[in-house]
Amino acid sequence: MTQPRATHDHVVLAHGGGGELMGRLIREHIVPRLDNPWLAGLTDGAVVPWSGDAVVFTTDSYVVTPLEFPGGDIGRLAVAGTVNDLAVMGAEPVALSLGLILEEGLPLAVLDRVLDSVAATAREAGIAIASGDTKVIERRTAGSEAAAQMFINTAGVGRRRPGLHLDVARIEPGDAVLVTGPLAEHGLAILSVRAGLEFESTLRSDVAPLSGLLAAVFATGAVVRFVRDATRGGVAGVLADIAAGCGQSVEIDEHAVPLSPTARHAAEMLGLDPLAVANEGKCVLVVAAADVERVLAACRSHPLGRGAAVVGRVTASQPPLVELLTRAGGRRIVQRPYGEDLPRIC
Amino acid sequence: MSRFVDELRAELAAACRAVGRPVQIMEVCGTHTVSIFRNGLRPLLPENLRLVSGPGCPVCVTAQRHIDAALELAARPGVLIATYGDMVRVPGRRGSLERQRAAGAQVRVVNSARSALEMARDNPRQQVVFLGVGFETTAPATAATVLAAERLELDNFSALMCHKLVVPAMAALLDAGDVPLDGFLAPGHVSVIIGAGAYRPIAERYRRPVVVAGFEPDSILRGLVALVRQIASGRAAVENAYSAVVRDEGNRVALDLLERVCVVADTPWRALGVIPRSGLELGPAYRRFDALERFDVHLGEDEDHPACRCGEVITGRVLPADCAAFGRACTPLTPIGPCMVSSEGTCAAWYKYGRGLAERGT
Repeated sequence: MTQPRATHDHVVLAHGGGGELMGRLIREHIVPRLDNPWLAGLTDGAVVPWSGDAVVFTTDSYVVTPLEFPGGDIGRLAVAGTVNDLAVMGAEPVALSLGLILEEGLPLAVLDRVLDSVAATAREAGIAIASGDTKVIERRTAGSEAAAQMFINTAGVGRRRPGLHLDVARIEPGDAVLVTGPLAEHGLAILSVRAGLEFESTLRSDVAPLSGLLAAVFATGAVVRFVRDATRGGVAGVLADIAAGCGQSVEIDEHAVPLSPTARHAAEMLGLDPLAVANEGKCVLVVAAADVERVLAACRSHPLGRGAAVVGRVTASQPPLVELLTRAGGRRIVQRPYGEDLPRIC
Repeated sequence: MSRFVDELRAELAAACRAVGRPVQIMEVCGTHTVSIFRNGLRPLLPENLRLVSGPGCPVCVTAQRHIDAALELAARPGVLIATYGDMVRVPGRRGSLERQRAAGAQVRVVNSARSALEMARDNPRQQVVFLGVGFETTAPATAATVLAAERLELDNFSALMCHKLVVPAMAALLDAGDVPLDGFLAPGHVSVIIGAGAYRPIAERYRRPVVVAGFEPDSILRGLVALVRQIASGRAAVENAYSAVVRDEGNRVALDLLERVCVVADTPWRALGVIPRSGLELGPAYRRFDALERFDVHLGEDEDHPACRCGEVITGRVLPADCAAFGRACTPLTPIGPCMVSSEGTCAAWYKYGRGLAERGT
């Protein structure tokens, strides 16, 4: 890693002006961290060798505040989020683009840490940052004490694995529903450090690239019908998509839902339903009942899936709804959350 | 847990049989309402036991005129509104705080009054107005923050005081007399502050049993068993089923704080009108921290949406399903009244956790 001679401690508008300062930002701060042959030439586009029958192509933008939070930062999120979108489609991720939009005043030390995190997460996911772009925008929060922001867009391409047929329409009554570990930790960790909402906790975001975990699951040859990462909207949102998409109901056992005591208490305090809180390193899998043990074993043998659990099943009950069997022995329905759930008053 | 629940259900069923007629109990607080739904307890209750929600959701009881005052303050240049989350979507006469924020107003969600004070300290050029909403649970925090603002000599912090008191609202409901209520399930967290003893007038003057309960399913069921047993034997006493946390005399420190900073005032409630001595305002020594005074905003009249029956819902007169707008014109995406907005709101709980089951006929 290079140690740039710092002439600036903060991003200034000229860093986006296309001149020498911008060149140095890219050469000294960005390229060395993301070191790979596709990027090194700084050509107008990356030339990526290709084989296979289909490309899976996705994009996502990241605007999280604060930029750094317990368990991760916007850089790790921007890589893991897009890698996960590829992975749950059954693809083997190959390359990402990285678009940075920096507010003037952003400390270069923060940018460096975020880029280090981008690089580390890309290595973890076995993916290259093949192309990029940097823009600087005027400070929109001038005069306030709010920290300067940055935004990231990543797009990713992956190679679809042959022989997989992931399709919500293939889900059948009797299929098992799994989650890959304890829920709600990303959303609660972010809330715990958000200005105005801070509370003391040991919560850490679960943000992580799931490509390795899902590769292990797919390698078992088990019949996997559908996978989705449970990000915004949480598991509740994914289950609602499943019920709507396959026309069957989903029944979840509350006592089987993995949840750390800390997350349970934090959600209770804020009046949030853990099922509706965002995760960034967990996915929901629907698998044929006969294969559930194989999938569970594959998940649990991977560091990111140790807490995996079967949480419920698909049923033929109509109309298609998601129902929760509560710890108290009652039943209630689970709905897709409206927008962002808001912390309650008391 | 479900083994305990099964035992408690059996006890509850036996107690209800002993009463021998339909029993109607009000769970006063929105946190109870939500816990009952979230844990799927309603279908587990005996048929002749009916639960109705009370005026205990802080957002839902906030009068329209206070919402409109908050919107008017948010529109003032240089004002930053700091508020608990559920308030931002409540519709007023002109939009909501959420829509004002989209149009450029400064609205920040906080989970404590202290956070609002810190915003004032860190942004000296901004006037921070904290929306003081809630019952005796949140009022002491507002009072403590006003004291801190005085100590720190912050002249850019003020509070819009909408704080309410629980017991006067219960008494007002019983005075109105048109809702048959056999007893009250009283909220654990408010009772931590005011003490179980605060409900004694309800038991003694109005002859209705009150049981203080926590929010876990077994705690709620235990509270209901205690209530129905009292009803069966014709008693009306205050019972504390949450004695690990709630004391008879409440939290003296918090109550002293309220006494020092606030005065009890006649206060407007949504749908209940002005209830004598049912709310808290800042006392004369702290009036300069009152947002209405500082910005010379006058409370107008309440003009509730004609289709909205939130007022009847929070007084136990109708169930959400009885409202023609519920689930049709009024949904969490298009709320007409506050009960559909707040995460503690009765209509939101019915919609979120109950609608599908109702459609399925269970």
